[in-house]
Amino acid sequence: MATLQEFKTAEKSWWCPGCGDFGVLAAMQKALVAVGAEPSTTAIVAGIGCSGKLGNYINSYNIHVTHGRTLPAALGLKLGNRDLLVLAAGGDGDAYAIGMGHFMHALRRNVNMTYIVMDNHVYGLTKGQTSPTSDSGFKTKTTPKGSIDRPVHPLMLAVSAGATFVAQGFSSWQPQLARLIQQGIEHPGFALINVISPCVTYNKVNTYDWYKKTLTNLDDDPDYDSHNRPQALARLDITDELVTGIVYQEESEPYEAQIPGFRDVPLAHQDWHVDDETWNQILASFD
Amino acid sequence: MIAWKIGGEQGEGIDSTGDVLSTVASRMGYFVYGYKLFSSRIKGGHTTYKVRIANVPVHAATENTDILVALNQDTINQHARELSGGLLLADSVIKPTLPDGVKATLIGLPLTEIAKAHGSVVMRNMVSVGASAALLNLPSQPFLDYVESKFARKGDAIVQANQEALMDGYERVKREFAGASQLRLDSPVPGDRLVITGNDALALGALAGGCRLMCGYPITPATDIMEALSKWMPLVGGAVVQMEDELGSITACVGAGYAGVRAMTATSGPGFSLMQEGIGLASMAEIPVVIVDTQRSGPSTGMPTKQEQSDLMAIVNGGHGEGPRIVLAPSSPEEAFEDGWQAFNLADTLQTPVLIASDLSLALWSQTVDRAQLNGPKVTIDRGPVLSAEQLVELGQDTFYRYQITADGISARTLPGTKLGQHLATGVEHQPSGKVSEDPGNRAKMMEKRLNKLKQVHRLRDGVKWEGPSDADLVLLAIGSTVGAIREAQAILQHEGHRVAISWLRTLSPFPVEQFRERFQHCGQILIVEQNATGQVGLLMRAAGVYDDSRCHSLLKYDGVQFFPSEVVTAARPLLQTFVEVSG
Repeated sequence: MATLQEFKTAEKSWWCPGCGDFGVLAAMQKALVAVGAEPSTTAIVAGIGCSGKLGNYINSYNIHVTHGRTLPAALGLKLGNRDLLVLAAGGDGDAYAIGMGHFMHALRRNVNMTYIVMDNHVYGLTKGQTSPTSDSGFKTKTTPKGSIDRPVHPLMLAVSAGATFVAQGFSSWQPQLARLIQQGIEHPGFALINVISPCVTYNKVNTYDWYKKTLTNLDDDPDYDSHNRPQALARLDITDELVTGIVYQEESEPYEAQIPGFRDVPLAHQDWHVDDETWNQILASFD
Repeated sequence: MIAWKIGGEQGEGIDSTGDVLSTVASRMGYFVYGYKLFSSRIKGGHTTYKVRIANVPVHAATENTDILVALNQDTINQHARELSGGLLLADSVIKPTLPDGVKATLIGLPLTEIAKAHGSVVMRNMVSVGASAALLNLPSQPFLDYVESKFARKGDAIVQANQEALMDGYERVKREFAGASQLRLDSPVPGDRLVITGNDALALGALAGGCRLMCGYPITPATDIMEALSKWMPLVGGAVVQMEDELGSITACVGAGYAGVRAMTATSGPGFSLMQEGIGLASMAEIPVVIVDTQRSGPSTGMPTKQEQSDLMAIVNGGHGEGPRIVLAPSSPEEAFEDGWQAFNLADTLQTPVLIASDLSLALWSQTVDRAQLNGPKVTIDRGPVLSAEQLVELGQDTFYRYQITADGISARTLPGTKLGQHLATGVEHQPSGKVSEDPGNRAKMMEKRLNKLKQVHRLRDGVKWEGPSDADLVLLAIGSTVGAIREAQAILQHEGHRVAISWLRTLSPFPVEQFRERFQHCGQILIVEQNATGQVGLLMRAAGVYDDSRCHSLLKYDGVQFFPSEVVTAARPLLQTFVEVSG
């Protein structure tokens, strides 16, 4: 069983002091230890932006891809070797702007992987522009008079798109966040964990204090049933998605378990030679 | 050599009629080349299917037709001029009339009515096949045998109805139009062959070469590759994923390549444009992946169902920055099969994206191929340098240097799941360990490392093919499906007494400079025949420094219609005359 230390690297962080992403990284490492993962069988796909640097700080197999494309890469990785524990991580721009098309389809495909979105409502690495989750009226360098776009509601979108596990955490609430990531990993299918991860440099509105005042914890509500889709959607609507905890979950067979003829041995480890019998069977379709 | 064509509306069974004729002729020991005229719609709209049949291999399209089967007057109006004295078999229900000035023998048969009499209008294709077989003066038994094997699963009644419909067409021609057709094919040459398209051959090659994941997005004319693999993957335990777009398709393949599985995607121009970012990622992170671009007329949506070879610049140089990529160019189903598996060996051994530049005519048109040329179980699989956990222990390093600088630029990789092999693979510039770096010295070394790998390609592969005398007065040079047209043009010109060779490029990038120089050192004029408006093969030659202004000429076509051998012959003759005058 790997220790927390084994999931760390010697790399010094490039994030600003106080960045929410430190909390996300720590919770991911705790969750990996909690599920009994090993660095060599863990594969992390990261996107572009501040959040995308995550792969530098976790000792595991890491692939750092193009902007918005973590989910397709993670799909290929998981189907290529179904024995791997696959995590994808990126920011709100990566997930809900440039990667939105992939996001919707990853939800309905339900490949067994966990997607952690580090959501700070702003573009940080490009130095402060509006993001798809920015509130209307949010002032940035590209919206000096305030954003006139309506914000994306990722959790409601996910629940309606057919997601089988949707949760939201807060980078400051470590025990709950680590537990949510752990549950996401243990969920046999696609798990979305949207994590509120404040930007201390470019977002002076949605701050740690602001979230501590506005967020409600679903764990504290004994009447909330995370298996009830209409209730989940209603709660997200009423709270403007300012909740933490498991929002929605359902049992469902993952994608890779449903592929016709897909074998238990990972594709990457199979003997790829085609035998005569199979070959003749294939060529027979031309007769 | 006989050219047969059927025309009608899309969705009227034109394709099945042509398929039956091709398959049976091939089984009898003839060589066929079948191609279509079609539009981007499903029902309605004019379509034709032409099959050239001979007892020698056929690889090209031609203008002339010997037998035209017309299911509507539109077909007659558009194509009867190709006949020049040939036979026009028309459904009498359309009251066929010959356009002014067209010389042809009109054979009217109630094709639709006969089909209905046998149970369904659907069987019109069988009536047409039977009538065509009679006009080709072929025996009916091979056709009846085919119907039996094709419909056996559907029961005796279906087999019998189709056979009767076929025989009705056959016998009515023999009876009512006896002697109308003097057409005779030379004796067949029996062999173990099948009729296959470039798309299917490429898919077969990929499967044989270990491709176990295909992620794609449907697009004409590449979709067949995805459809074929969708049928076959369950037999070998792999998967096909229909992605949400081409950005997802390429990136999923890159992720899979990182995991260590052989993954490919196949697309055409519009999708290929979207894939450039993913190809760049694979180049930078040194991840094997295979991409097929079955080119069609561009730019933008262009003409989705029409032939062109105009993506070459994008395939060779597309995208931002300078990353290594290998570009292969098959010219026949046999070569498409070969590239299908070789691409994966190259991608794995050189850890870089391998692109296959196909084109619509190669991808979609069917031709006869020897079964021995498609020997999947015999394909060799070379996974390139991959380290195991045991080897990593022996190395005894604290850190695994995934991008270690080596003499040839190739550094061993580890697959996720391998103990001690953890590393970061990234599209960001990085150090040998994979950690990001913007150090100028490291940057220069890494650029050289990646690009140096390409030097291995020509050692592994013959990039320039040649047929004919090495000191030919004229060489016809082409790529892709156009090679079929130059091969037939060469035969015509040689028959006229000229010394003509043909050559085609099998590797477009890196350009096989040395191989090209060696092949072309003793020949005379060079006619570059390519299907685009800007002479992209010529541009590649110029960039490689092998374009000789005093010897090179260009024949371009960009109207969406594939080259006819006669067009090449017409362009070649003046060059041969010039040569004679100059040298004489």
